[in-house]
Amino acid sequence: MNILESESEKLLTAVRDLLAAKGLVTTAEIAERIAITDAANPGQGARMVAKAWTDPAYRALMLEDGTKAAEELGIPMRGAPPLGVLENTAELHNLVVCTLCSCYPRAVLGYPPFWFKSAAYRARGVRDPRGLLSEWGTVVPDNVKIRVVDSTADYRWMVLPQRPAGTEGWSEEKLASIVREGDMIGVTVPVQPAR
Amino acid sequence: MAGFAPGAHVRVKNDWPETRGPVHIRTPHYLRGMHGTVVRQLGAFPNPEDLAFARPAATLPLYHVAFDQPAVWQEGHAGDQLLVEIYEHWLEPA
Repeated sequence: MNILESESEKLLTAVRDLLAAKGLVTTAEIAERIAITDAANPGQGARMVAKAWTDPAYRALMLEDGTKAAEELGIPMRGAPPLGVLENTAELHNLVVCTLCSCYPRAVLGYPPFWFKSAAYRARGVRDPRGLLSEWGTVVPDNVKIRVVDSTADYRWMVLPQRPAGTEGWSEEKLASIVREGDMIGVTVPVQPAR
Repeated sequence: MAGFAPGAHVRVKNDWPETRGPVHIRTPHYLRGMHGTVVRQLGAFPNPEDLAFARPAATLPLYHVAFDQPAVWQEGHAGDQLLVEIYEHWLEPA
């Protein structure tokens, strides 16, 4: 069946037309929102991380107010839930999970990976984080505490990972290229690619 | 409600509204009755328990609350923590 003939597509069109007809939103606003959603991807968050690694003032802003920090890099945050950023350090590793459903910092990371919503990830994330992480090859040393951030309400959380050794003098662009989506929710940590 | 300062010791209410009828709850079941420490207030937001049913929703303080992870599960690694957003009406002084 042609997707444009499906019931859900007809319903969507009807609701969209009604919203516009009642003057609640304009078609231009809907188009803008679709464009923003489509443009959101982990590269946006990676740009923030790379800037935080090279600019102490930006890092401070990012930890204080993630939404402002994202907007400073031109990432649209209007209508998005407030963004909080949690910093990994030599003593603390953050892991983001949403045990209730699927809260994810979409504005800066895009759609969540398919497993983020799985019951297994959600259950093990809070109960056995070290076992879960070891399956990604992320071994958190015994002397580093894990803080599991269960994203249950109005905030969305991303992780500012630690800058890997061997990246001294790198440009922001090059630094951003090694930051993966998993690094920004704490299931993995950035690694310097072999030269 | 009095509000909780950073560092305040709190207990999540050991309440199970889902046993009494249809609800929308943002307080994870594994934390009901558990002791934690307020890290900070995250702001105030309309109560999602009412929003979900299109009822008038009061704006409630939302806190970031830290829990000792091994204490919650009776297993795990000493020092590991859970950090969870909890609305004020779910918290009581401990």
